[in-house]
Amino acid sequence: MKQGILTDILDHSHRADPYPLYAELRKTPVYHDGEGPYVVSTYHEIMALLHDPRLSSDQRNRTAGAADPLAEEDTGDSATLPPGFLKLDPPEHDRLRRITNRPFGPPHSPHRIESMRGDLDETVKNLIDDIAAGTSGNGEGTERIDLVDQFSYPFPVTMICRLLGVPREDEARFHVWADTLAASLDPDPTADQAERAKVTQDARMELGMYLAGLIEDRRKNPRDDMLSHLAAATGEESMSTMELLSTAALLLIAGHETTVNLITNGMLTLLRHPDVLQRLRSEPGLAVPLVEELLRYEPPVQLLPQRTPLVDIEIRGVTVPKGAAMWLVLAAGNRDPQRFENPDRFDPDRKDIQHLGLGSGIHSCFGAPLARLEAQKALSELARRLENPRLLEDPPPYRQNAVLRGPRHLMIACDGIRP
Amino acid sequence: MPDTALDALRSSGRIVVVGASLAGLRAAETLREKGFKGSLTMIGDEPYEPYDRPPLSKQVLLGKASAAGTALPRRRAIDAQWRLGVPASGLDMAGRRVKLADGDEVPYDRLLIATGVRARPWPNEAEAELDGVFVLRTRDDGAALARRMDAGPRRVLVIGAGFTGSEIASACRERGLEVTVAERADAPLVGALGGVIGAVAAELQRENGVDLRTGIMVTGLEGDSTGRVRAAHFSDGTTLECEVVVVSLGAQRNTEWLLGSGLGAGPRGIACDAGCRAFDITGIVTDDIYVAGDVARSPHPLFGYQFLSLEHWGNAVAQAETAAHNMLSESTDRRPHIWTPAFWSTQFGVNIKSVGVPSMGTEIMITQGSTAERRFTGVYGYQGRIIGAVTFDNARWLEFYRHQIESTAPFPPPYPTVDRRAEGSRPVPADFPDPSVPTHGPTVTLSGYSPADRRLTFTPAR
Ligand SMILES: Cc1cc2nc3c(=O)[nH]c(=O)nc-3n(C[C@H](O)[C@H](O)[C@H](O)COP(=O)(O)OP(=O)(O)OC[C@H]3O[C@@H](n4cnc5c(N)ncnc54)[C@H](O)[C@@H]3O)c2cc1C
Ligand code: HEM
Repeated sequence: MKQGILTDILDHSHRADPYPLYAELRKTPVYHDGEGPYVVSTYHEIMALLHDPRLSSDQRNRTAGAADPLAEEDTGDSATLPPGFLKLDPPEHDRLRRITNRPFGPPHSPHRIESMRGDLDETVKNLIDDIAAGTSGNGEGTERIDLVDQFSYPFPVTMICRLLGVPREDEARFHVWADTLAASLDPDPTADQAERAKVTQDARMELGMYLAGLIEDRRKNPRDDMLSHLAAATGEESMSTMELLSTAALLLIAGHETTVNLITNGMLTLLRHPDVLQRLRSEPGLAVPLVEELLRYEPPVQLLPQRTPLVDIEIRGVTVPKGAAMWLVLAAGNRDPQRFENPDRFDPDRKDIQHLGLGSGIHSCFGAPLARLEAQKALSELARRLENPRLLEDPPPYRQNAVLRGPRHLMIACDGIRP
Repeated sequence: MPDTALDALRSSGRIVVVGASLAGLRAAETLREKGFKGSLTMIGDEPYEPYDRPPLSKQVLLGKASAAGTALPRRRAIDAQWRLGVPASGLDMAGRRVKLADGDEVPYDRLLIATGVRARPWPNEAEAELDGVFVLRTRDDGAALARRMDAGPRRVLVIGAGFTGSEIASACRERGLEVTVAERADAPLVGALGGVIGAVAAELQRENGVDLRTGIMVTGLEGDSTGRVRAAHFSDGTTLECEVVVVSLGAQRNTEWLLGSGLGAGPRGIACDAGCRAFDITGIVTDDIYVAGDVARSPHPLFGYQFLSLEHWGNAVAQAETAAHNMLSESTDRRPHIWTPAFWSTQFGVNIKSVGVPSMGTEIMITQGSTAERRFTGVYGYQGRIIGAVTFDNARWLEFYRHQIESTAPFPPPYPTVDRRAEGSRPVPADFPDPSVPTHGPTVTLSGYSPADRRLTFTPAR
């Protein structure tokens, strides 16, 4: 299937810098080449569609065989777990999201994220301390770090464990499952597909069983963590065990690879803009706008392949037929010159920063407050503690995945690690 | 050709703003933002710097914020001379002067009138004077009412179940106070949202323990020997003991000070063109007097060019910004105030929002969610097009419907949406007590994203 520019976008050789392709794509705000998905790349159109009730996030509304090179093969999860609310429409979406939010955010739990600050600080500190301990030079000479493996990867999983209430002694097992599931999102053409599918399926099963056990235990011995609260809820505003399992899995998956990439992309961008890195050291307040600009400039979720119209809809003169596959290219909208001045400039002082990086509308990122805090803390601490950091490889090697785009490794050299 | 008079105005002109509240402040800030360097005078009859009113019926009555703590956040310094605590008492249009009640006169090159509205008082003056009888419009009103609610009255009576009255009732319930709401219509909010939604609002009130009495009028208030209100009498012959009465019967425009000035000002407000310039009584538009906020009535192309008076926070802000922009602009750079009406309210834990002009609607269709669950979107239709929408805890969809209204999309909506239920399968009469019926006219659609590039497209009558 030849799809011109879409093939290029999916092609790994463009992963390091897809932005020129997106600029090309924006010339046709609703791109369709005859058989593939309808691809929307301009800011205002994406924003409108994210608020359009004629669009569904539920795969069951797709016409069978609607051409989409990103369509998920049935990995078997649908057989074992119902879809999480990311892939559901209202009213089920609203109900599950509302219940999940009760122990997570305002109005019922305004302090949940704030109360994780201590854990967060400690986790960041330990990870950087481990890097310092593991490197040879101790102050003298050059240290080499792979930021992805040594920092970005383990960090978000640890935080999700704390959020859900996974006991510390089980965290290591959790990391193994999370890594396997993340890897499954990243097709590897060279690997034995059947073997990979089996490994993924096993990890999913084990994770499911583990969580089911944990939920059972929390029902009996509740603590102040999300799983306990969700398990304890009763009446109309409560979930079945299956729903609870898929929600927990959703939080793990949605909050993992995304945050990994935000932190890695963030460090990469800072190393490419040393003036900003320097400012971050002296102006801790800069972390907040910096992370917003990062979500615009290098968004971890490049496009949403999930939407399907329930009826023929017209966008900029193009009729997208009912049941067709649609992609909303957030990363292209984020660099739309009709919306942002100098869109290709990384500018943490930008005032007008309504980016699409966390989505918008009813599916807008549930974990946003946590994601922001994680990235702010991680980048500030890395900037503070790494002495004279520099990129060893630019561009770094990227993962296959075009949707959750980010480096597989980020090799950094530095002169030492401050305490 | 550059307009030298305009340059002079920008660099050393005198701009006077009467009404130092939301619209007045936002206009002043916009003037400075656009580079106005001349003198700016803010005249306000209240002794306070600009403050925000919506919290007065919400957080303030709940004790979550103090009335004194509602000052409007400042977007920038405005370097103005403040004349607070003095009402403007007259206008000399020919001499370009505002007269103040203390005898002073303030000359202007451009004038912005943003005197808003005040609460309609209880018609019987002696009864209105009784201790315990309140209205709610100002910071002082809010502080006094909150203090009285702190004292734990045995029963509060709210007269009038519009948005403010309903919010006050909600605050009472949240504080555990007994409250009766008396409403002449058959349900709360019917004037703004019609009978279908009014019925939902009525259930909401009753479920929350409000003693809601509809189709009824309060005929009199009765005081005790010390001048405190003790009871109210109703048109059905019954009497209710109550220690606090909140009169919530809508608003009156603050235009009396303009009587005889020659400006087109009256009980319905001050008429202005879409560029916010006031009309004089002959219907000629003035060039130096602008109007914004609750006191203004301006024609809206989307709604049959009807003159809309909107008591909406967002309207005050948008209109003030447009008025300020136009004051400093050459005629070809002026912008129309074509803000699509939008309103919000929170009551009984529900976030209610509307867009467009629901009260023009003759039919309503529940396109998403369910009224029984109190989570839904209702769309109003008028002559085959969408004219308004309301959401109960469903606000994230409102943006879509705003766009539908602006593009005069057909009603009933011919498409399915997520969360469509059985009750949303067809439209029903919206059930407004007195549907306003504007004439047939041409169709106008709005497009564009920022105020500067909003465009109108005119299509002759279909
Ligand atoms: C209790 C309450 C709750 C509200 N809740 C909402 C809500 O939830 N959502 C929403 O959209 N809107 C709400 N509103 C409406 C919103 O507050 C108004 O739309 C907004 O305040 C209008 O601003 P304005 O500047 O036009 O008028 P105003 O705020 O009325 O200001 C006019 C000012 O001019 C002064 N003035 C009058 N005459 C003179 C004179 N002759 N000389 C000098 N000064 C004078 C007045 O005293 C006042 O200070 C609420 C209003 C109230 C009272
Ligand atoms: C930088 C990190 C993150 C980014 C860039 C990101 C991005 C996004 C985006 C774009 C969406 C919208 C999906 C859609 O509209 O279809 C989304 C949804 C979601 N995100 Fe995130 N996310 C991040 C971190 C997290 C974290 C840490 C969590 C969990 C704690 C999380 C949980 C979710 C969930 C549950 C949804 C689905 C919401 C819904 O359907 O209502 N995300 N995220």
